[in-house]
Amino acid sequence: MTGGLIYAEESAPYTIDGIFPGFREHATERPVTDYYIHNIAGEQVRTFDITEGHERDTEWADAVLRRKMDSWMAEQVHEITREAGGGLLTEVKVNGLLREDGEIIGVTCEELDPIKADFVVAADGVNSELAREAGLMDWEEPEEWFQGVKAVVDMPGDAINERFGITDEEGEAHLFSGDLYDGVRGGGFLYTNQDSLCIGNVFHLDSIVEEEAEVQDLLDALLTHPVLAQWLGEEYDEREYSAKLVPDSKKAANPSPHQGRLALVGDAGGQMQAQGPIIKGMNHAVTAGALAAEAFVEARSRGEPDSAGERYERRLHDEGVMDKLRPTRYEVASALSENDTATRLAERALDSSVGRLGVRMADRAGLLETAYSSPYLATMMPDTKTPYVTLPTIIGEAVTACPVSAEDFGGGCYRDETVQSNGDEKRVVSLDTQPCVECGTCAIVADTQWEHPSGGKGVEFREG
Amino acid sequence: MHSVVLTKGVPDFREGQVAFDEDGHLERGNTPTVMNPNDKHALRTALQTKVRHGGTLSVMSMGPPGYGDVLREAMETVYADDLYLLSDRELAASDTWATAITLATGLQKMENQPDLVFAGFKTADGETGHTGPQACWCLDWPIITHVVALDVDEDEGTVRAKRLVEGDIEEIETVEAPTPAFIVADPEFEPTYRKAAHRLTLKDLRAETKERAENHEEHLTTWDHADLNLDPDYIGLDGSPTIVSSVDPIPKAPAEREATVVDPDDGEGMGEVFEAMEPFADGRSEAAGD
Ligand SMILES: Cc1cc2nc3c(=O)[nH]c(=O)nc-3n(C[C@H](O)[C@H](O)[C@H](O)COP(=O)(O)OP(=O)(O)OC[C@H]3O[C@@H](n4cnc5c(N)ncnc54)[C@H](O)[C@@H]3O)c2cc1C
Ligand SMILES: Cc1cc2nc3c(=O)[nH]c(=O)nc-3n(C[C@H](O)[C@H](O)[C@H](O)COP(=O)(O)OP(=O)(O)OC[C@H]3O[C@@H](n4cnc5c(N)ncnc54)[C@H](O)[C@@H]3O)c2cc1C
Ligand code: SF4
Repeated sequence: MTGGLIYAEESAPYTIDGIFPGFREHATERPVTDYYIHNIAGEQVRTFDITEGHERDTEWADAVLRRKMDSWMAEQVHEITREAGGGLLTEVKVNGLLREDGEIIGVTCEELDPIKADFVVAADGVNSELAREAGLMDWEEPEEWFQGVKAVVDMPGDAINERFGITDEEGEAHLFSGDLYDGVRGGGFLYTNQDSLCIGNVFHLDSIVEEEAEVQDLLDALLTHPVLAQWLGEEYDEREYSAKLVPDSKKAANPSPHQGRLALVGDAGGQMQAQGPIIKGMNHAVTAGALAAEAFVEARSRGEPDSAGERYERRLHDEGVMDKLRPTRYEVASALSENDTATRLAERALDSSVGRLGVRMADRAGLLETAYSSPYLATMMPDTKTPYVTLPTIIGEAVTACPVSAEDFGGGCYRDETVQSNGDEKRVVSLDTQPCVECGTCAIVADTQWEHPSGGKGVEFREG
Repeated sequence: MHSVVLTKGVPDFREGQVAFDEDGHLERGNTPTVMNPNDKHALRTALQTKVRHGGTLSVMSMGPPGYGDVLREAMETVYADDLYLLSDRELAASDTWATAITLATGLQKMENQPDLVFAGFKTADGETGHTGPQACWCLDWPIITHVVALDVDEDEGTVRAKRLVEGDIEEIETVEAPTPAFIVADPEFEPTYRKAAHRLTLKDLRAETKERAENHEEHLTTWDHADLNLDPDYIGLDGSPTIVSSVDPIPKAPAEREATVVDPDDGEGMGEVFEAMEPFADGRSEAAGD
């Protein structure tokens, strides 16, 4: 699953339509032609047009539903790789690294015999078991993660055009921040598809834990907020609910995402950039995948296949990808509080905004809009006190942070009950993975032994 | 490697499809014909052999001209290269013996002589399980029945199989036979594809067959008794020694439990339900407590 917008950046060495011609025609929904952010304070809503900031370095950006997108891409990939004697296999769970004398030489699978390979590219997403087995990533710190939840809401194309005032060829993106989330750091989004809307929240995982917030309630808070009523009307149908962890590349991206013959790309390597409220994960995953392929081709043609990982790392740095993911200026700014104008601007716009009042004051000065539109300032926003992009504690905490469980509701993965036994009261937390959407949250916040299910057995999103 | 799977069309006995007359006799005219469900095991075994060893695969059936859908389903299941239908009036009303003679003759007439022939365990309507073994007897080949695992050594010209002894899952023997041979797969047979290359082959075959199955008639060869050079006295009704004296419907088994329907809105009725459940409720609270 994803939230919704795939970017083609002008500065990126690879874009998805460059690799798969026809991508936009076959695999996407609507382009983003207008981009707004709404700051909500009580009954008041301040709306900023951030289309300009969004368009900076953007060749195009389209809303996508991953089921449709991934199905189309799977066909393309299979066809292309089949010509070279390979192919794409689905419903197979890779469950470990194949080693010989300690060196990685391939992967092991639940459904297949081990596969030997000259180069293993782990593109297995945010909960990558390969990355963890190799010790390249961990599940330790909630601060390094966001949790995203999303509802796909049914809406006929005509109704979308009418309610948003757009044509079939246009689309909108809306972000929501402010006090509708009871102090949980994060924000919401709404993207228009051809005949549905993607509406969701992305919160800092540590904040969800601190506030013991129920993430479904936070999604309801957004869905039922009067701001959304203008588009959703009184009644709407939810087609699907989904959730997933999102790494914060500033802290989680591994600057050297390889070991032996293994290379990590995309979320597996923490390459998910929160550029303020704008979330860019898919585009970087695409670029990293292509750079890893390039690196292997070069390494092999030079007769040094084992140098592919090194070459991949070098490319990530040389092509400017790593600097987007882990901006040096972010590290400097967060460590030293740099004394340049932009930082001061950011501080005034953001740090002073302890509470909503600050937001309004900053707004009056026109600073917030500037901040949202500046890629530099926006980079810092998730870690300031501004309530946009911001989110989850031990087993008990897992109940609230788990996106399909709630403390008063017996139907989710985690059930928190007080039971009487021999006159004593006992608190019992039980786990039933049947409704699990495989987001991985509990592995971080409650140290559960969470693992992907076998191939073809897990959650299957119809929309994605 | 060339393999042939034998399959038969049977009335669709599933609830809602099958029609019986007042006397409990099957109304064939009102019941659709489908591929014998049990033949899936034969088909899957044959498919696994094709994926692992390559070569070609044909499906053969004896039956009326209307077997098109059955053959198409078989082609889709087993990704067959071509289809053979042995069909004409002279073949009608064959028993297992006459069917076996006809099928064996069909197999012998094939240009591409099979190394392996797969038959199902038994059919949903006749249920004798005789047809495969009898056809094999006509050909004087070895037969391995109750097969749960299969491997072919093409260089040696042998087939090695694991089979259930007397249908017992606990006891399995391994046997080897020279090809050509007959294989009857057991319902316990589970094909396995643990090699990435095999899965990819499977995917290719699926894609290729999709197109072929749409025009399956182009890949169908129909032979009548004259093509097979069979004497009408030895086939069909005249060649069938079996005499069916009568067919009796199986009486319904008597229900062992009584059921009462209670409307959830019926307070009194629900009260009785809870009372009846009382003894079980204790058990639950104990379970929750530990
Ligand atoms: C609510 C939300 C909103 C977001 N919004 C945006 C946005 O607007 N724009 C954007 O660019 N990004 C967004 N993201 C982030 C984006 O979804 C990810 O960065 C992106 O999907 C990463 O791609 P990936 O290929 O690395 O991993 P994934 O897309 O997660 O793909 C990993 C794949 O590997 C498979 N897999 C995992 N483990 C195994 C295994 N052991 N064996 C076999 N297969 C396995 C999974 O099934 C999955 O198909 C959002 C995320 C969320 C949750
Ligand atoms: C007691 C009895 C009397 C019968 N009398 C008559 C009769 O008078 N008139 C009449 O029309 N029918 C009659 N039948 C039905 C007919 O004999 C059988 O349907 C037919 O010969 C196949 O045998 P079977 O269904 O028992 O298949 P089985 O022997 O159980 O089938 C085993 C396997 O053999 C193969 N096979 C069987 N039939 C075919 C086929 N036609 N083409 C290709 N492969 C095949 C399949 O792989 C199948 O899975 C009778 C059946 C019985 C049991
Ligand atoms: S059980 Fe864990 S992985 Fe599953 S949905 Fe809940 S938090 Fe996510």
